[in-house]
Amino acid sequence: MARPRKRKEIFALGNEAVVEGALLAGCSFYGGYPITPSSEIMEIMAARLPLTEDGVFIQLEDEIASMGAIIGASLAGRKVLTATSGPGFSLMQENLGYAIMAETPMVLVNVMRGGPSTGLPTSPAQGDVQQARWGTHGDHPIIVLSASNVQECLDMTITAFNMAEKYRTPVILLLDEVTAHTREKIEIPNPGEFEVFSRTVPSMPPEWYKPYEETVRGVPPMPPLGSGYRFHVTGLVHDRNGFPTQRPEEIVELLERLHRKIDQFFYDIQLVDTIETADADVVVIAYGSVARSAELAVRQARENGVRAGLLKLKTLFPYPRRQTEKVLAHARTLVVPEMNMGQMSREVKRVNMGRASVRTINRIDGQIVTPSEILKVIMQG
Amino acid sequence: MKQQQQLHRFEIRFSGLGGQGIITLGRVMGQGLALGHGYNVTQTQSYGPEARGGSSRCDLVISSEPISYPKAESLDLLVALSQEACNAYYPYLKPGGALVLESDLVKQPPTNRFLGLPFTSLARDKVGVAQAMNTVVLGALSHLLPFISQSVMRKSLESSLPAKIRAVNVKAFNLGHRLAKKEWGDDAGEVWRVEDSERD
Repeated sequence: MARPRKRKEIFALGNEAVVEGALLAGCSFYGGYPITPSSEIMEIMAARLPLTEDGVFIQLEDEIASMGAIIGASLAGRKVLTATSGPGFSLMQENLGYAIMAETPMVLVNVMRGGPSTGLPTSPAQGDVQQARWGTHGDHPIIVLSASNVQECLDMTITAFNMAEKYRTPVILLLDEVTAHTREKIEIPNPGEFEVFSRTVPSMPPEWYKPYEETVRGVPPMPPLGSGYRFHVTGLVHDRNGFPTQRPEEIVELLERLHRKIDQFFYDIQLVDTIETADADVVVIAYGSVARSAELAVRQARENGVRAGLLKLKTLFPYPRRQTEKVLAHARTLVVPEMNMGQMSREVKRVNMGRASVRTINRIDGQIVTPSEILKVIMQG
Repeated sequence: MKQQQQLHRFEIRFSGLGGQGIITLGRVMGQGLALGHGYNVTQTQSYGPEARGGSSRCDLVISSEPISYPKAESLDLLVALSQEACNAYYPYLKPGGALVLESDLVKQPPTNRFLGLPFTSLARDKVGVAQAMNTVVLGALSHLLPFISQSVMRKSLESSLPAKIRAVNVKAFNLGHRLAKKEWGDDAGEVWRVEDSERD
C-alpha cells in the first residue's frame, strides 16, 4: 500500500488559511478593497495570484466595484473571491442581491469587527450574522458558513467554493477578528485529498441552450461568457431566456427555483460539529471563535459532573434546524453565547418553540466571550 | 522534533507599546514552538487602530493537547515591555507565574519577584539596532523556558527572516540568551521543568 503523502504544515493566520483554501479550490480571480481585519487575505492574494497560471488580482476603488468585478469574472468562468469587513460588507449588499438573481457563483469573506459603522476596527464581534442572512433586499436564499479555528478557515473556504459552484450562488464565509487573526499550525491537504467541485457547463449545441431552464437540481448549466453560448444577465425577474418578465407564472417559476435549489439540499449544506451532545442536558450552541470558548467550558463542565455538550454551527444559514431538533430531544437548557445582542439565539428560539430554556450570553465590548462566562451559565443549569 | 516535555496550556502574554515588535515576537516564537518543537500553539493578538504608539498585546497558548480557547486567561508568563502593560496585565498572572520585564521602561515593578533586563538599550548598544529588541527578548526566553531548545528556536528565527536582517537578529538572539543565563541564573525556569521520571 502506498504511504499517504505527508502534508505540508504551516504556522498561519486564519486569513492566510483562507487564501490557501481559495487557491486549492481553484480560485483564479480576486477583486477587492482592503479593510481591517480582513486585509491579509487581500495582501496575500495580491502576492500569490499573479504567480499562478492564469490568476488575476485587482484592487478596485471601493467595495461596490469589487463586487461588480467578481460577478463579471465569475460570468466569464472564473472562481472568484472577495473579502471585507463590516463597512465594506454594507456596501456590497446591493450587488450581492444581483449575484443571487444572476445566479453567479462567488465567495465573499466577511471578517466581522465591532460595529455599527466604522465601529471597532481591530476588535472582534459577530454583529453581521443577520445582515449576512437578510442584508440584501428582497426575498432570497443564501448560504452563510463560518469557521472557528485556522484549519477550519482553510477547509470551510474550500467548502464555500464548492457550494458556490454546485448551487450557482454567492456563499458568505463569516469569520470574526479572533479567528482571522489567530495563528495556528495547520496542514495543507494534498491535491486529491479533498473534493473540488466546478460548475456544470452546458453540453447541448449552443442554439439549443436556454440559460435559465428548469433542471432536476434547480441549477441550470452555466457557460463561460464568450464561449459561443448566448445568455442575457439582468437583476430584473427574468424568463428562461434571461429577459425581463412580468408574467406571474414566470415570476413564481424563477423565484421558487432560486429557493428550491438550496432548500432541497439542506442535508448537503447544513454542517455542524457535535461534542458530547449524545446525552447532554445542557447544550451550548455556538459558532466562530466563541465555539472554542464553549468547547473548553463544556469539557470543564463534564469534569464537574454536568452533562454538557456543544453544537458547533459551521453553517449558519440555512439554519441547521434538523441538527438542533436532535439535541432538543434530551436537552433541558440551550446556552447561546455570542458577540452580539442575540442574533443567532433568535434562530435557536424559533426552532426551540419553548421546549428547552434558552439562555443567552451576549458581549458587545469588543472582547470574546470567555470559557468561564459560559461555564458559569452551564453550571446554573 | 520531539516535544521537550509535556505541557498543558502554558500561557504567555507579550505586552507593551505598538511598534515594539510584540506581535512579531509572538509569531516567531509561536512558529518555532509549533513547527520546530511540535507543540500545539495558538497565537492571538490585540492592538489598537493606531499605526504606532497605543497598546499592543500578543498571547501564546502552548500545549501538548489540542487547544480549544485560543486566548490566555491565567498567565504562566507575562512579558511586560511598558509600565502601562505591566500594570494592566500583572493581575492575570497565575500564583507562581513569572514576570519578565524591560527594566528601563518598567520603573515601578508591582512585585520584587521579577526577571528584568534592559532589552531596548541592549539591542541599541550591543547589537546596534534598537528594533532588534524583540529578538533579544526571544533569546532570553529561550533560556528561561525549559521546553525551548535554543538551537531549534534560532533555526526557526533564521527561517522566518529576510536575509538582510538575519545576522543582526541572530546576534541579538544569542545576546539575549547569554545575558539571561548570566543575570537570571541557570535555574530561573526550574519551576516549569518536568523531571525525567514524570515524563511520559
